[in-house]
Amino acid sequence: MNRVVILRACLVGAALAAAAIFPIAFTNQLVLTMGFFTLLYIVAAVAWNLFSGYTGYISLGHAVFFGSGAYVTGIVARDLHLGGAAEFALLPLALAVGALIAVPFGLIALRVRRHTFVVITIAIFFIFQLMAFDLKTTGGTAGLYSPFLPWGPVVFGQRFYYIVLALAVGTVAISWLIRGSRFGLQLRAIRDDEDRAASLGVRAMPVKLTAFVISGAITGLAGAIWFFYISQILPGSGFDPIFDLTVALMAFFGGLGTVSGPLLGALIIEPVQYYLNFQINNGYLSQIVLGALFLLVILFLPRGLVPTVGEKASSWRARRESRALDAGAISAGQVVREQASGPGPIAKGTAR
Amino acid sequence: MTVLLRTEGVSKAFGGVQALDGATIEVAQGSITGLIGPNGSGKTTLFNVITGYERPDSGAVYFGDRAITGYSPQRVFAAGIGRTFQLTRIFGRLTVLENMLIAAQHKSPGHQVRNPLARAGGAADRRRAMELLEFTGIAGHASALAGTLSYGQRKLLELAYVLVTDPAIVLLDEPAGGVNPTLINLIGDRITDLNANGTTFLIVEHNMEFVMGLCQHIAVLDYGTVVAAGPPDIVRNDPRVLDAYLGSATDDEQDE
Repeated sequence: MNRVVILRACLVGAALAAAAIFPIAFTNQLVLTMGFFTLLYIVAAVAWNLFSGYTGYISLGHAVFFGSGAYVTGIVARDLHLGGAAEFALLPLALAVGALIAVPFGLIALRVRRHTFVVITIAIFFIFQLMAFDLKTTGGTAGLYSPFLPWGPVVFGQRFYYIVLALAVGTVAISWLIRGSRFGLQLRAIRDDEDRAASLGVRAMPVKLTAFVISGAITGLAGAIWFFYISQILPGSGFDPIFDLTVALMAFFGGLGTVSGPLLGALIIEPVQYYLNFQINNGYLSQIVLGALFLLVILFLPRGLVPTVGEKASSWRARRESRALDAGAISAGQVVREQASGPGPIAKGTAR
Repeated sequence: MTVLLRTEGVSKAFGGVQALDGATIEVAQGSITGLIGPNGSGKTTLFNVITGYERPDSGAVYFGDRAITGYSPQRVFAAGIGRTFQLTRIFGRLTVLENMLIAAQHKSPGHQVRNPLARAGGAADRRRAMELLEFTGIAGHASALAGTLSYGQRKLLELAYVLVTDPAIVLLDEPAGGVNPTLINLIGDRITDLNANGTTFLIVEHNMEFVMGLCQHIAVLDYGTVVAAGPPDIVRNDPRVLDAYLGSATDDEQDE
């Protein structure tokens, strides 16, 4: 057991070190951009999972938080005439916006379950997209620009990379803390049987809503950072249905409801998508690939990469242990049986 | 004899079906009481009414002196009435131990102000959970996902996690249904042990051998009404009970 913990700590340490060195090793702008977006999607997928993965309430409306975080910081920066790096002072605002929107959103949507919940989240998503199109303050179809940052291209890429890396580390830490906590146990009990959990004393609505608010706040923050990075927002890019699908796919692919699953999902899918986009130079093709990948995951890895591999590993370990037990506890009867049936399982194992 | 749980004239209709029609039962403190009756006679509905999963159309439920009619399932459980389901309701993707910890929430009165990010289940909760798993014989599966347990083991797990809060009375809905004979004996033994320590039981069960061997008192439901009640030997030979199970000439006429 202890060895597993040490191994895991080493892995996390190595991953963090690699992530920290990455922008120094690769100063190519395209690679830095890819690093930025990969980390951003790790934040989004892990944040999505700590609500949807843990509770089983699949949200396809998280772009509401993403877009709102971006739009609100954009509007405030414009109206207060903030320039340059001063916009970063608005990041707490993005966090608050995500949390505040999650409260009424959650109170409405979390009254219903399963498919109905999914449909409600999509509906609320489109309401927000329409508001971005039609309200005066959002700039309509022309969108908004963020204040200009007077940084050179490499410095720009590196700074944003580290900002989003810090956010990613924080988000994964929160997800990990929740997963092992009483709160996390309540969330997973709600996923398995909400009514039964409620009858055993889990206060389902406040518990679900808290997770939704945490998830929404982090997603709002991610939206603001994304906006500062690409410096322009449009109704269709801020409130983007593909964002919801991508984030859900990443979590499904890696393993819904695990800590590392959505992280791995984003780490694999985002670079692939970025590469395809860049190589083929055809925005629609990468979406088709994404859709096909979604189908493959549902068909062949319905529980995701991490649980499937984890189960394989633990069943392999169990088999090895039971073999060791068999070998240790040879009784007279067993000897006879083994002689009768030829080489035992151990001999077969080594022969292969 | 003190009555721990009592229903008084409970009626409940689903559309045109009168599931319960003035059902009145009494469960004595410290007893193992059986609730039997043919399929569709309203046994599970009565359980649902008692534990807050259904609201009765009329009638009342008393727990001790307290009227608990229309309480939510959560309040009923908190009051000290544990309940298992005919088709067990466990948390399949939580481990067996985690199932136990979910049920342990109610135990400490200040559970709402405890640090939510604290590790799930304190040392005391875990120790108690493991004790109960030992008691029901599934401690060896503590770290397995509950969904991988056999049907009989699930029944044992559900019994174990209902016991976490030390309920005054436990309602068991077909504890022996679909379970192999060895496990049936184990479940029966555990019920007897718990009863000896003061837990009251109300049991719905079709396995007559199990019910007659275990219960000191039996109530028979038919068409939502209690048609007979008393010790097993008397109930067994009551003509109204035979009517309920086998039907009779007069019964058929009434139907038509």
